[in-house]
This record gives sequence, structure tokens and C-alpha cells, in this order.
Amino acid sequence: MASSFTRILSSKRNVGILSLVGGSVAAGFLLHREHVTAGEPLRRRYPASAEYPDLRKHNNCMASNLTPAIYAKLCDKATPNGYTIDQAIQTGVDNPGHPFIKTVGLVAGDEESYEVFADLLDPVIKERHNGYDPRVMKHPTDLNATKIQSGVFDERYVLSSRVRTGRSIRGLSLPPACTRAERREVERVVVDALSGLKGDLAGKYYSLTLMTEQEQQQLIDDHFLFDKPVSPLLTCAGMARDWPDARGIWHNNEKTFLIWINEEDHTRVISMEKGGNMKRVFERFCRGLKEVERLIQERGWEFMWNERLGYILTCPSNLGTGLRAGVHVKLPRLGKDPRFSKILDNLRLQKRGTGGVDTAAVGGVFDISNLDRLGQSEVQLVQTVIDGVNYLIECEKRLEKGQDIKVPAPLKQFNH
Amino acid sequence: MPFGNTHNNFKLNYKVEEEFPDLSKHNNHMAKVLTKEIYGKLRDKQTPSGYTLDDVIQTGVDNPGHPFIMTVGCVAGDEESYEVFKDLLDPIISDRHGGYKSTDKHKTDLNFENLKGGDDLDPNYVLSSRVRTGRSIKGYTLPPHNSRGERRAIEKLAVEALTSLDGEFKGKYYPLKSMTDAEQEQLISDHFLFDKPVSPLLTCAGMARDWPDARGIWHNDNKTFLVWVNEEDHLRVISMQKGGNMREVFRRFCVGLQKIEEIFKKHNHGFMWNEHLGYILTCPSNLGTGLRGGVHVKLPKLSTHPKFEEILTRLRLQKRGTGGVDTASVGGVFDISNADRLGSSEVEQVQLVVDGVKLMVEMEKKLEKGEAIDGMIPAQK
Repeated sequence: MASSFTRILSSKRNVGILSLVGGSVAAGFLLHREHVTAGEPLRRRYPASAEYPDLRKHNNCMASNLTPAIYAKLCDKATPNGYTIDQAIQTGVDNPGHPFIKTVGLVAGDEESYEVFADLLDPVIKERHNGYDPRVMKHPTDLNATKIQSGVFDERYVLSSRVRTGRSIRGLSLPPACTRAERREVERVVVDALSGLKGDLAGKYYSLTLMTEQEQQQLIDDHFLFDKPVSPLLTCAGMARDWPDARGIWHNNEKTFLIWINEEDHTRVISMEKGGNMKRVFERFCRGLKEVERLIQERGWEFMWNERLGYILTCPSNLGTGLRAGVHVKLPRLGKDPRFSKILDNLRLQKRGTGGVDTAAVGGVFDISNLDRLGQSEVQLVQTVIDGVNYLIECEKRLEKGQDIKVPAPLKQFNH
Repeated sequence: MPFGNTHNNFKLNYKVEEEFPDLSKHNNHMAKVLTKEIYGKLRDKQTPSGYTLDDVIQTGVDNPGHPFIMTVGCVAGDEESYEVFKDLLDPIISDRHGGYKSTDKHKTDLNFENLKGGDDLDPNYVLSSRVRTGRSIKGYTLPPHNSRGERRAIEKLAVEALTSLDGEFKGKYYPLKSMTDAEQEQLISDHFLFDKPVSPLLTCAGMARDWPDARGIWHNDNKTFLVWVNEEDHLRVISMQKGGNMREVFRRFCVGLQKIEEIFKKHNHGFMWNEHLGYILTCPSNLGTGLRGGVHVKLPKLSTHPKFEEILTRLRLQKRGTGGVDTASVGGVFDISNADRLGSSEVEQVQLVVDGVKLMVEMEKKLEKGEAIDGMIPAQK
């Protein structure tokens, strides 16, 4: 974790966290990065009111929170990387959203975006994360898998279990803003660290630019391969630039621990297996994450994290734990019950189809995962999923026997 | 603008090799020309409005190209891009425009009376005639780079200019974001409506940002003169009509353009133009006249003749399907237009279309009668 930490300064590059308007990022180390000026560009010649986007047909968190006053305050600011509010909101301007699904509508280009543009990001975070107020609350991080209770599901119902999160390398810009050299450095740092994993975590890296056709087919068959993003939510934010340069997939030999490099985040970390042993999936998840962190720290790097926002990722929806723990579970009767949505809501769970977000359920099999990301720890969220899925299975069993089910009381959200 | 990496000057801490794009699978003009030396020389430069080399080449890095079609792979963000990045753009322009040298001068001729003939293309074969070009308004940055404020200012200027036209040019502006369903239906039926770009060649260059803000279509009441505002260029100007009277289409084109230019000049915002590159547009392929003059013509027999491609090349013409660039021809009907843009004038380019299409229609008629056309194949123009 990022608390006070001394780092061996590398001769090649030094990285700086600058203290910015509105408060400092809580990091323990200070490194120095040379900002090279190429001359000041002629900034906008129009007042903020002439530049303010037309958001009348928009329905996303950015559009709900970006007032002309906030825009005017932020439009002349830039992070040390030169990232601006116009770049952060571009994806939300270009994608008005769906009447039923509320997208976030903005991204961070670097760690400092969350500070420099806090006047917009804080209310967006509060709205998206159900009232979590980054100005006053602290986010708990807990990757101690031994605390998990009864994490093995009935495999007549649960077909597979999976936990995913993301991690960003401090000092390098995020996918919307990174240059090719920065992206390649992310790849180098992470792949180098992963080569140090041993035992059941030992594995291999497959670069998207260099993989053979055979390797590609195998990765497709394993459902591991990720594609060039086509969703305009991502492409409008500039995340597909220079594809497939410095993108790749690493997985362990057992195919239970998988890392995506330079897709929507620096890294996406996934632990999964067939069947219902969520406890073991989470245990491997925590162990793998801690090992990777140790290995990058040995080389003088660390993950972006602070106690206000937890782990820093590209999309504000993934702050905190960035964690989605889920199962594919057979609930053919419960899935048709009119109380299903309310039960999920109260258990703080969400459903998706088995193809992932925005797909439909097939054959009564649902993807059930945690709703929350920020304000509760990894252990708390995984326990919520375990307890919730166990309840759903109980409901399905009762419906099988013709018994009635109950909508449970709503869970409390934040434990502080 | 438009992407975060371009003002990320921390990249200058990295060596050229570390930033240089991987172009090993690429086949576009930019990839052929860009070396590490050129990249190193230009990467810390920017135009006065802040456009950088990485901005210029992003679309070419993201779109490796097609094995058979050679795309340009770069765009300009403003008028000054063609100066600041000339070490990259001049060789690309030369490659794309038949060896055009950095010392060459381009001739502009919008005097429609200099066109010979063009009013007698056989309407049994020539179904429609069309001339289009683009214009950029001096003092504003181009679609890959401009901000919402700039784009709206361009729209405002364009609408003021266009709504002041009268006579055969009297018309109306339809902004994309506020047109009614009925208006939209009508514009679609007239084949006037342009869509949000989906081609990654355009979206990767940032031209679809903020869609549909400040975009729109203006056309005259007769539906023969049409202007697109803020699509791939500030203005795209189109004159068209059914049948084969290319002369009339070109007349209206020249007269309309000149009227529009006068109005812009009165507002102290003339069009971007210089004597070396002619009219300045977003894509280097459209420099010079920016003109594509063409017809939809039925050539079912000629198009299957083994010498068809050679004939087109010698006539300095190109073919496209009837849906425009990158579409297939339907029912033997082809879109035939001039291949050149830079180094010859508007009159010269339209003359090539008029003469060339006339010849090809005669060839088609001969082939219909079962006669050979070998004696008619022209010398290289």
C-alpha cells in the first residue's frame, strides 16, 4: 500500500507528484520529473460560455454535475501532463447516454486529474457511488482473504466464480492520456514484475503485436483475448490510440489468474475458475495482487492509491476497490419472479447477462456481482456477494419446492 | 487537443526510439515517409494554436491501411500545420500528388467560361453530374483540432453568409441538432443528409468530437447547390443535378463559390489559400482545388473490359461505386471523377472529366455494337 515509502531513484527517469490546487495526494514519496516546455500554445479565444458543451439531450453523471460555473472554473486548468477538463469530459459529450442506463461520462487522464478537477469529480463520484463523499470519507482497503466465511457455493447452481479489479502504475499517465513511450513503460514494468511470479502463479505474457495465430486462437478459445475497444464510450476517450502497441495478456499456466495490460486501465487483474469455490478464487486474487505489488515495489514502482479514493483507475466508477466479484448462477425460477430486481437491490447486487455488461441472460443463467466499488473493502464486498448469492440460491430452492420467498431487508451501505 | 498525449510534454524525456510509432504493418503515405529523424526533428514543435506532430499522425498510426488502397494517414489541425510540419507533409504531398515539388505553384481557375463543352453528355448513360470542393475559413483551426467555441463561430459565420444569398442561390440552413423528423426524412430522401462519421480514418483524427454540435446542411430551394458545415472540413460545397449537363453544374459551382467567398471576405475572414498549395483543407489529399467533379454513368460493358483501369489512368480519372468512396458499383453504374487535385486548375480538372466521360460513353456504345475499341484508347494525359 502507498504509505510512507522510500524509493531508490532510478537514473533514467524520476517521477513527480506535485501538490495541486485543492489538496495533496497522500503519497509517501517524492520524485522529480522534468517538465519540458515546448512553448505555450495559444489558449482559447472564446469565453467559457461559448465553449460550454450542449448537454440538453444528455443523461450521464458528468452532464448532471457539470454546471457552467464549474466548467468556467476548470476550463483553463491542466494537470502537469497537460490533461484538461475538455479532454476528461469528451467521452460524455460525445455519448449522450441511454435513457435507462446512466453512464459516468468522464475519465481521468492521470492521477492528478482527480485533484485538479475535483470540483467536478467529487460530485460525480458521490452520485455514482451512492453518496460516498470523497471530501470527508475514507476508503478501507482489505485484501485478507482469510476473513471470508462460507465462500463455497452449491455447484448445482453456481457454474463459475470470478473476481476482477484494476491497478494503475503511479507516475505514468492513464490510457486516455498516455503517450506511446509511457504505455510501453507500463507494459515493461508489469511484464517484468509478472515474470517473478512462482508456483501456481507462474505464467507467460502474450503481446498483442507479437502473438502467433495459434496463440491467438488458444486465447480466444479460453475466452481470455480482449479486442480493440469498439465501444464509443472508450474510443471517444482516446483509449484505443496506437492499438495494438504495448497491449497484451498475461496468464498463469493453470489459467486461473489473468492480467490484461493497457486495455481500459494500466492493468486489469482477474482470478477465476469453474465451479463455486469463490473463497479460493478470492484467496488467489489477494495473493496474486500482493505478490505483483511486492515485485513492482522491488523495482521502485507502486500502485496509484490514496485513502480518499482507494485505488485510482481511469473510470471514476472503478475507484475504491475497482472490484467486481461475481458468479454465473442458474436461477431460472427466481429470474422470472417479479421480486427479483428488488431482492438484488436490497442485497446490493446487480445482474448482467452471461456475456457481461449489456448482454441478456441465457437459459436462466445470470451473472450476479456486487453493485458497490467505493466505501467498502474488498473483503466486505466479496462477503456481500457470497451472502447474497447464497440467499438467491435458497430462494431458487424454495421456489423449486413451491414454497414462498421473502424480499430481504436492505443492507446498510457504508460502515463508517 | 484533441487527445491527452499531445500536450503531455513528459514524452520529451523519452528518447525518440521509445516514442516512435510501430509502423511495421502500415501501408499509408505517412508511414512511408515518417522516419525517426523526421520524428525527432518535429516532435517538440507545435503550431501557434498548439497542434503537434502526434496529433497530425494519430489517424495514420491507428489505421494501418489497406493493402490495395493507399490512404494519406495524416491531417492538418490548422493552416500553419502545413508549414510547421513541412518536413513530413511536403514529401507526403509529393507522393500523393504525382511528384508535386515544394517549389511548385498551383493554379486556381474558377472561370466556368473557360470550360469547353460539357453540356452534351448523353443522359441515357450519364445519370447525374456533380462537382464538390471544400473551403476553410482563415483564422480558425480545422475540424481535427477546433474547440466547440470555434466550431460554433464557424457555423455562425457560414450561416450568415449563406442566408444572404439570393436568386438561384436562395436557400435555408438545417442545423443537425435541431432539425425536425420531417426535415430529416426529406434530407435523407434527397440524399443530402450527412451522417456522423463512422470511418475510423475520421474518428481517430478527432473530427467527430461533440457531434452534432454546430454541424448542419444548407441547400438552395432548387436543391442544386448544397453546403455541409463542419463535417470533415469547415465547408464542403456541392453543385449537382440529374442528367449530363456538367457545364451547368460547373457554372453554378463557380458562381456560387465566388459569391460565398465575397461575403466571407467582407467579414474579414477569407478562405485559406496560398499560391503553393492552393486551397488549404484538412486532408492533404484535398489540397489544390479540393475538387472532385464526377458523374454517375452506366458502363456495364466497358467496366468489364480488360483495359478499363488503364483507360481510366490515362484519362486521369478514378472510379468509385455509386455510394461514394469505398463502395461497390451497382448495375454497372460507376461514379467517375478526376483523380488529380493539386497542380492543375478547376477548369482543367473538370475538362478532363467532361472529355474523358464523353470518350468512355462512345466506347460503351461501340462495345454494345460488338465493335472493338482498341483504336480509341487514348494516350496518357
